[in-house]
Amino acid sequence: MIYGCRDLSVKLHGAPTLALTEVSVQVPPGAVTAVVGGDGAGKSTLLRCLVGEIVPTDGVVQRPSKAEVGYMSSSSGTWSELTVNENIDFVAGAYGVRGQALSMRRRQLLRGTGLDHAGSRLAGQLSGGMRRKLGFVLASLHRPRLLVLDEPSTGVDPVSRVELWRLIAEAAADGAAVVMSTTYLDEAERASSILVLDRGRAVLQGATDEVMASVPGRIVEVEIPSDRSRAWRRGRIFHQWLPAGATESGRGVRVTPDLEDAIIVEMLGAGR
Amino acid sequence: MTAERGLPPVLARAEGVSKSFGGFTAVADVSLQVRGGEIVGLIGANGAGKTTLIRMLLGLLNTSGGRVEVFGTAPSRNERRRLGYVAQGLGLYTDLTVSQNVEFSATAFGVDPADIELPGEVAAVRNELIGGIGLGRQRQLAFACALGHRPDLLVLDEPTSGVDALARARLWDVIHDQAAAGVGVLVTTHYMQEAQQCDRLVIMAGGRVVESGVLTEIIGGRTAIEVHTDEWARVFSVLNDAGLLATLAGRRVRVARTELATVGQALAVAGVEAHVTEVPATLDETCCQWARAIDSDRPPNGRVVDMPRNPQAANQPVA
Repeated sequence: MIYGCRDLSVKLHGAPTLALTEVSVQVPPGAVTAVVGGDGAGKSTLLRCLVGEIVPTDGVVQRPSKAEVGYMSSSSGTWSELTVNENIDFVAGAYGVRGQALSMRRRQLLRGTGLDHAGSRLAGQLSGGMRRKLGFVLASLHRPRLLVLDEPSTGVDPVSRVELWRLIAEAAADGAAVVMSTTYLDEAERASSILVLDRGRAVLQGATDEVMASVPGRIVEVEIPSDRSRAWRRGRIFHQWLPAGATESGRGVRVTPDLEDAIIVEMLGAGR
Repeated sequence: MTAERGLPPVLARAEGVSKSFGGFTAVADVSLQVRGGEIVGLIGANGAGKTTLIRMLLGLLNTSGGRVEVFGTAPSRNERRRLGYVAQGLGLYTDLTVSQNVEFSATAFGVDPADIELPGEVAAVRNELIGGIGLGRQRQLAFACALGHRPDLLVLDEPTSGVDALARARLWDVIHDQAAAGVGVLVTTHYMQEAQQCDRLVIMAGGRVVESGVLTEIIGGRTAIEVHTDEWARVFSVLNDAGLLATLAGRRVRVARTELATVGQALAVAGVEAHVTEVPATLDETCCQWARAIDSDRPPNGRVVDMPRNPQAANQPVA
């Protein structure tokens, strides 16, 4: 069973335009799928459709039953007036996780997130990074088959970010279908497949390796680009896109495109 | 403001700067400087103290200790004329149009609105309200307004958060063009990709500077281990169970703060065959290595005593 959506369109109440237009994505089990885009691209709307918070205007969503979905919203979904342990107890009660299963899972997740000495602290007193990690604990506590994470690492310190990646990989290795949104492209590169959204439409999608390998033409590293409209900065030097069939040759060093290169080329090719 | 040994002048300087709010120390003993023509990146998580430091450099907040200078003197309204600032919240007026925002900004800095050059896609919507033009164009407009009075120092607080890859590339074009023209730039970010755009980095955590220098110096030859495998889930589980900091990277498994031999041994013990290589660490992975170094150099002696909310429990002595 592969979760995801097909030809999904969403018109939010009172909005003049569609928040999503005919978006299809598969979220396979045992893998991480990243949804990428700027603010307003439709990332949160898509994830909220997948967990059933929004009923789509058109199209089909395939997901397991509500009890088998775990969801971490962009606001982290923790209760600031409860302690870390009370947060866990509350969510465990809602999903019927109890007894030895609960104590094992609690120990495993708290140790994995470095929150094991913070069980009696109020969630509201945790740092931003610790609160995001608690949000992850709550979303994945009941070993959901579909784990949906909305910008899990935004605003998080670098060390906590690596720890979150470890936890996300752990959930996928455990068999969960994981889908996460992010605005960090270096983070999206870690997912096995990606969906790039722009103004509610899919502009690029597929296996991450293949997306990066199938950039049309060449990317070269140059000190002074011959065409600024097709060049972007990497520190003091530029990356420049030479479309397939471009006559220019011998200028600059050819580089292996990364995800940022691939997305910029796609958007330039689409006339942006 | 001195030009020593032919270097461009120091435009902004913090020396041992601290800031406390009540009992909370937001910035502790921070020193940094920005010279003309260089892009200095201030890196850190939310709450690391980046914005507080910037607000002190702008003269919007007083320091609790230490000294800040812009253009060789204490920050004041007079110095503000030579400084361009894009706030995290952009500082645009959402119930005015693009043109009206431009006029307002031009008037505030005493320049001709016509001197504020708008990029084509912003000029195309000059009569629309700010709320309707989308975040990417709002950021471009905020940049144009901050640059309208030809500042010598540019302070940008998370200038590209929330925009798509192409919009971010265009904003960085503007930043680099300014630096090339001699403007000093101080930019805060928590994007590691943006760290690569900067000439020099100052990394903050918990209000303090934990590292500074050129990115390659900061990473300093540190490495991570990459495991190429057809069964990433199995490899990941083996390494994770061995207590290593393993993460997923596409279809590979990446392990931070460890050595080639350790990973090889863990895989051999589990009887897993995989191709293991040593690769340069990322900035995030480097930060993980410091975190461990700090732990092992000086094991924490302090302890956290949380005040219980139950009034009866509050009477019990701390064990």
